[in-house]
Amino acid sequence: MATKLKEVDVVIVGLGWTGGILSKELAEAGLKVVALERGAMRTAANDYSLPGIRDELRFAVHKDLMMNTARDTLTVRNTPSQEALPMRRLGSFLPGEVVGGSAVHWSGHTWRWTDMELKVRSMYEERYGKKFIPDDMTIQDWGISYEELEPYYDRFEYIAAISGKAGNLKGVIQPGGNPFEAPRAREYPLPPLTQVLSGMMFTEAAKNAGYHPFPRPTANASQAYTNPDGAQFGACQYCGYCQKYGCEANAKGSPHVAVIPFALRNPNFELRANSWVNKVLKDSDGKRVTGVTYTNVLNGEEFEQPASLVLLCAYALNNVHLMLLSGLGQPYDPVTQTGIIGRNYCYQTGLGATLFFENRRFNPFMASGGTNVTFDDFNVNWAFDRGPHGFVGAYNVSAAHNGGAPIEYRPLPRGTPQWGKAWKAARAKWYQGAMNIGASGSVMANRYNWLDLDPTYRNAFGQPLMRMTFDYKENEQKMGQHAARIVNDLAKAMNPTHLTEATARSSWTVVPYQSTHNTGGSIMGTNPRDSAVNRYLQSWQYHNLFTVGANVFPHNSSYNPTGPVGALTYWMLDAIKNRYLKNPGPLVQA
Amino acid sequence: MTEQAFGRRDFLKTAVVGGAAAATTGIPQPQSAHAQLPAAAAPAPSAAPAMEGYAFLNLEEAAFVEALVDHMVPADDLSPKGTDLGINIYIDRALAGAWGQGDRLYMQGPWKKGVPNQGYQLPLTPAQLYRAGIAATNAHCAKTYGKTFDRIDETQREAVLVALSTGKLTFDGGLPTGLFWGTLYQTVMEGMFADPIYGGNRNKAGWRMLGFPGAIAVHREHVEQYRDKLFPSDPIGIADIG
Repeated sequence: MATKLKEVDVVIVGLGWTGGILSKELAEAGLKVVALERGAMRTAANDYSLPGIRDELRFAVHKDLMMNTARDTLTVRNTPSQEALPMRRLGSFLPGEVVGGSAVHWSGHTWRWTDMELKVRSMYEERYGKKFIPDDMTIQDWGISYEELEPYYDRFEYIAAISGKAGNLKGVIQPGGNPFEAPRAREYPLPPLTQVLSGMMFTEAAKNAGYHPFPRPTANASQAYTNPDGAQFGACQYCGYCQKYGCEANAKGSPHVAVIPFALRNPNFELRANSWVNKVLKDSDGKRVTGVTYTNVLNGEEFEQPASLVLLCAYALNNVHLMLLSGLGQPYDPVTQTGIIGRNYCYQTGLGATLFFENRRFNPFMASGGTNVTFDDFNVNWAFDRGPHGFVGAYNVSAAHNGGAPIEYRPLPRGTPQWGKAWKAARAKWYQGAMNIGASGSVMANRYNWLDLDPTYRNAFGQPLMRMTFDYKENEQKMGQHAARIVNDLAKAMNPTHLTEATARSSWTVVPYQSTHNTGGSIMGTNPRDSAVNRYLQSWQYHNLFTVGANVFPHNSSYNPTGPVGALTYWMLDAIKNRYLKNPGPLVQA
Repeated sequence: MTEQAFGRRDFLKTAVVGGAAAATTGIPQPQSAHAQLPAAAAPAPSAAPAMEGYAFLNLEEAAFVEALVDHMVPADDLSPKGTDLGINIYIDRALAGAWGQGDRLYMQGPWKKGVPNQGYQLPLTPAQLYRAGIAATNAHCAKTYGKTFDRIDETQREAVLVALSTGKLTFDGGLPTGLFWGTLYQTVMEGMFADPIYGGNRNKAGWRMLGFPGAIAVHREHVEQYRDKLFPSDPIGIADIG
């Protein structure tokens, strides 16, 4: 029997970027806030410090900061006719499991998603006609515009210490930035990172091919920085231990640097780490939720935490899982195309070519998480005509090194022996001489890609695992083939000694690592018939339940998701603070 | 008598039977776990060498792993051989430790084969997979060559590894060759390139071979200075930083 605790104003499930921002701001607004985090408390000073943080085996290979699949995981399959089986260890994506969440170990790439995503169906229909969008492609507009989100993107960029170069200031194209980006009110808070050799070579080749390369905007502080709230960041040291590691220089825009310390100092806020939320509790009137139940994972004790406001701020997949476990909304059924929760699950696609240059010294270990150079000529460039190629969506192309830790970074030309003296010689030679050109591609929602509860497998708490049914459809395969051609042509133009060409992904596999960019499942939208939450990320059905994370994205773009996740968090915060608290109830009439 | 024909396992077995007398009969000593490095590659000693002896591997398994890592990582002017790098010690500690014993591995049934896109589905911890895979590989060697892996010659070892790595070898009993090989290969890479605190990459010789500077990595001032230039690196490990 769960011990019932005293009611609080707000309970927040998950303390990463979204939960961290909301904890700080709502506690400062005078509300009593409790955050429940499944992971342990970690601090930069104690846990992400030298020398221990520079341990590739512990952090990258054994994934010390990430979700423990022995306790809870998903089952996975490509098609509805297969039997889903458990993802027994992490591979394709790496959700975090500490205070700070995945944003402790992320690289920092921070983008503004434009109307090309937010109004995806209407823009494609307007330009190409309704028939251009396949019947089983369940894309829809998000119910929000770029113009509305712009101030919130801006706020997040200044909170998270983003380094970059504006390409479009209030409609005026800026040299050195991304000419295809949507207009922004002001520059990034910090100038771009120093470029590495591979990025410079890519820049030159891309320009020669007529593309428009620019330094990728990223939460790696190019200089020491104090954000508008007073959080202090060190300057990036280009240490090469960024993605999968915490930053010992406090140079990475992470919530344990930018927002969580403010919450922890506020007497209105209480963090309960090691707390596994099992269920959101519904009121008998069917219009409100009353709180959550959770398990203290240190001793198995169960608690009920009543709250006036419940905010689901866990990793995208976990927010959806919790909604399914709690019966919050009707589960999606792809056969009848009824139900909402689990609908429009998307991932990303990608590919890469590896170029080998005799006599180049890339020093891959001198790099940051975001030292990449990117071009968007086939991405947010709406002038790129998808018509002849027959796909909806986009991809960005980029290159650079992000680290060279040698267990995982082992580039070798195809045909190299895998062991022995010849392997050693090739390994020593090409460690310095290899670089990659990659493309990251969007995934449009599809009727047969979804999330629901698994009928067989259970987690350590006796609850059903979530089941993921996902594969790349013809649309993504066509886009991948286009991207592979562009990448390979560019790679050949750089005249490498050896080239391992990029090939389009045809099918999704749970190994190896691809990207921690899982989206959808409890999506935002304009009406309760096809979305779980309204434009303020408030549940259509339970007005005191909100959720924010990539789980609210109706489809996935080629960009990393944290930019809109951060912007939507501030957008939702404004709606809660300035409207909901004054008059609790639905913010949008269904 | 070649080293392969009379290796560590024979020494240990003889030692048990023959007692102190064995030490005086000219039997080769077991491989020193910290044998000399080539002079050019020898740095000042840093971390204390890993403790001798095996925590997980039994005699047959130890002989297999030693033969394997010396075959895959032979000595030349780029690095000492696998056992001199401590890759065998690394592997033993990894299998005895949390990872080998199934830490973070979802181990609930039912157990189904699935398709490759669904990833690892065996009801085995890495240590159990290793144990079963070594036994199966040795059974194959015994059937084909009349000897276990550690006693066959270089050409035969090469043939066995090629068969393992390409999936041409199928184990009796249903253990998937590819999963065993993948685990084997990954642990050899870890033993060669992980920080020396884990027992392998002794004297950071794996890092030295690549020019990887290791744990120090404060390169803010180096990005421009060493762009397309050799970075003069004497690698630093975790144990070198106080």
